[in-house]
Amino acid sequence: MKPHPWMANSGGTAKQEMLAALGASSVEALFAQIPEDHYMKGPLDLPPQLSSEVALARHLDDMMGRNTVFPAGSCFRGAGAWPHYVPAICDEVVGRYEWQTSVFGAPTSDHGRNQAWFEFTSQIGALVEMDFVGLPVYSWGCAVGHAVRMASRITGRRKVVVPQVMDPERRMVLETYCEPTEMARHIEIVTVALGPDGCVDRDDLRAKIEGAAALYIETPGYLGVIDADPGELCDIARAAGAEAIVGVDPLSLGLLEAPGAYGATIAVGPTQPLGVHMYAGGGVGGFIASPDEERYAREYNTLNVSISQTREAGEFGFGLALFHQSSYGMRDEGKDWTGNSVYLWALANAAYMSAMGPEGFAEVGRLIMARARAAAEALNALEGVSVDLTQPVFKEFVARFDKAVPQVNASLRAAGILGGKDLTGEPGIEGNAALFCVTEVHTQTDIDRLVQAVKEAIA
Amino acid sequence: MTAPIKDFAKRSNGYRAAKWSEPVVMQMTGTGRRGVVFEDAPAPALPGKSARKAAPALPEVTEHDALRHYLHLSQMTLGMMGISLFGTCTMKYNPRIGERASLDHLRGLHPLQEAETLQGVLEMYDNFSDFLCEVSGMDQFVFQAGGGADAAYTHACVTRAYHASRGELQQRDQIITTIQTHPCSPATANTAGFEVITLSLEENGYPSIEQLKSVVGPRTAALMVNNPDDMGIYNPDIKEWVRIVHEAGGLCFYDHANFNGVMTRLRARELGFDACMYMLHKTFGAPKGGGGPAVGAYGCAEHLVPFLPGPVVVKDGGSYRLDADRPQSIGRVREFWGNAPQVLKAYAWARAMGAEGLREAADISVLSNNYMDWRLAQVRGVSRSNPGIDAPRMEMTRHSVEQVTEETGCSIFDISMRMTDFGIDALWLSHEPFLVPEPFTPEAGELWSKEDIDYWIDVLEHVIGEAYADPEIVKTAPHNAAIHQLTSALDEPDVWATTWRAYERKHRKQMAAE
Repeated sequence: MKPHPWMANSGGTAKQEMLAALGASSVEALFAQIPEDHYMKGPLDLPPQLSSEVALARHLDDMMGRNTVFPAGSCFRGAGAWPHYVPAICDEVVGRYEWQTSVFGAPTSDHGRNQAWFEFTSQIGALVEMDFVGLPVYSWGCAVGHAVRMASRITGRRKVVVPQVMDPERRMVLETYCEPTEMARHIEIVTVALGPDGCVDRDDLRAKIEGAAALYIETPGYLGVIDADPGELCDIARAAGAEAIVGVDPLSLGLLEAPGAYGATIAVGPTQPLGVHMYAGGGVGGFIASPDEERYAREYNTLNVSISQTREAGEFGFGLALFHQSSYGMRDEGKDWTGNSVYLWALANAAYMSAMGPEGFAEVGRLIMARARAAAEALNALEGVSVDLTQPVFKEFVARFDKAVPQVNASLRAAGILGGKDLTGEPGIEGNAALFCVTEVHTQTDIDRLVQAVKEAIA
Repeated sequence: MTAPIKDFAKRSNGYRAAKWSEPVVMQMTGTGRRGVVFEDAPAPALPGKSARKAAPALPEVTEHDALRHYLHLSQMTLGMMGISLFGTCTMKYNPRIGERASLDHLRGLHPLQEAETLQGVLEMYDNFSDFLCEVSGMDQFVFQAGGGADAAYTHACVTRAYHASRGELQQRDQIITTIQTHPCSPATANTAGFEVITLSLEENGYPSIEQLKSVVGPRTAALMVNNPDDMGIYNPDIKEWVRIVHEAGGLCFYDHANFNGVMTRLRARELGFDACMYMLHKTFGAPKGGGGPAVGAYGCAEHLVPFLPGPVVVKDGGSYRLDADRPQSIGRVREFWGNAPQVLKAYAWARAMGAEGLREAADISVLSNNYMDWRLAQVRGVSRSNPGIDAPRMEMTRHSVEQVTEETGCSIFDISMRMTDFGIDALWLSHEPFLVPEPFTPEAGELWSKEDIDYWIDVLEHVIGEAYADPEIVKTAPHNAAIHQLTSALDEPDVWATTWRAYERKHRKQMAAE
């Protein structure tokens, strides 16, 4: 075998030198702890080694060439991963070998990465107007799951109220976190109806909230609808002794009120819109934020990075706070569990938020709403398509079709367009319906092309 | 490669961390500058009270300033730029080819695209599942779990579904683990709703069969263990353990976090395990990112396949589809079907290694660790865990500087900090609880050269020498890092501040004084 480019001691005399130092005759002798009958029965039958980078690159390119990539302006699908613009600096920042390959280190040795983490939490805190933010968790759905479990521990209750219409992916994650009914610590999931305006029905919520650990709502909701007064929902929850957990799209927060300003007690949301590509779903991440009160802070399962003083007056450092309450500190008695998450994406998020600034968030919010509105109106004008234009939406909206959605989407694909997510058959959805996503990447030309393609698809 | 310590000590201008005076980005406000601009659009009519009243207090910087700030911060991150032998994390080269391929091919893919448009990535998933099945003896791998701990959680959820399908879930409410198993196993078992039983170590370095038998019974849902452990001890009774747990009706999960040393020699399924997990960001060469995005590849035998989280990639003749119609599935542990870029990077690594490369890596990692043991045995004040066990350890070993601490007052934390002054990233000590006092646990792996390993040990030796000669220099370290030791009591509610908002509120007075 040739010396392998990724293994220094596979070439030269290093192995012989180390064996000689140990006085061992062969490497095999070093495996003496493993009993003979544990060894695998036959040799591995694996595809041939591709240690040459040019051969490996060709193999990857050939295989990945069998994907169809829809250019940004041709992708109208969201629902948990959204086609947003990723500024070039974000790719540059996450591509840095220094922190891309780092593992953990110490606050001093890996200072730069820790500061960037603190800048992620600080900027999320500024967007949601809350003082305590943890490092990100795996996804928005996982953030909902952990937040509900936090609320259950805080209140000692085992029920959560969620909207009847909720992203099925997030809902399935939440169900996993709430445990099956056979488990003694199972958390019951109760749904609250949506009114004709697409928002949570207040009366139904009042009827269901009693005894709940938490209310979980989203604004904009799964179907894009903006609630006119989410503070009212939080008030109803808090009056019943429940935590008010609100899920928000961070890109909406240049325009929409911060959950911390209207009485939410825990805010969660996705981080992928903040400078991370969709990556076939590999770009997702989630945040958890709350007031900086011990009631909440002591229930976080996340790693929490705090600003600190150092031995040098006026110098900042960044270290872990409340580490012991994690599973690293307390094993099964810790708060849920902690492990690798999506910390590299937090660096893209930090760079994105700082480049955007307050005006960037307002501007992108206006652009997204204008483009989504334009697309909704144009689709609604087609015979055989309808969109409820009375509902104020951000980024995503429902279009109803006379024709079956898979057929519409197949025609759109043939025209090089990824159509809306098929909602047909989901809870609360009647007839043929699709969820369209329109963002800052879509130009008026893209929207015109979509509308023309839909027109042809339903003809 | 880093200069030999002897040269380093002679020269006054050795390693110095990059140091930029970067303010916290939250201080770069109020300038009216812009980093990203968009086309103008009219202000929308927002319903009721939904409009934001106060603009978010975010930085106002140019694009260049934002980029420069974060590049400066990246430069103030030592990580693997020096030498990092961070135990249990299997520090490897993270090939750039995987990085480029995932940017080129995956960044624009939507996870909910129709399968006919995802044939390349689904083929890669299927190929890699086959590869890992051959390596482990399992029948199917899935990649949804966002890290090793998430794969342990997946197993806890699969355990629930398996016993529920047999009507035994209420009865089987206990999961058994060992104190030397990674905390994620007991923590995820507890989160999934199980009672956790933790076995303690005995004189051989692992719990006895008798101890296991004393807790196994009709309430046993599963066993979750690693082997070897991170002291380098291999439990030779593991097949008997699996037999005992199976006999009682429980499932057996092999946390293969410490797989590097046993690659190509052991198959989890042949040892009897029902399921196992590989960390693609550790053993399989995908980057760690300082803590993800990561992948815990979860594999299981046929009898658990129906319970796997969906959707699962299925090969139908010459094409691939995502099977979401799985009535017994646990559903989702996370949205969508996994961190595809990390899976691609690990697949690329695995293909570049092949069977012979995996064998070579396992050989080198065990050989290098034993070489380290041999050299560390000659370092003043350093001792090895389980001193009565002479057998060669696997790919890592737990050591202790207890004697140095007793004799000099310098703890392993101090020594680790001082080692960073020589370009060595902070050591991994041990999981809690510390069963060995003043512990440290290096893992050489297959990446680092013998010269790197020698330099690492030379530095430790040098620093321990300093501890005896001039302990203050060790206790006040680091001296060559971007910043100095932290001094705030970060577990105190009136001190910690995880956001700049909290910092301003709690420490305004102090800021004014500065």
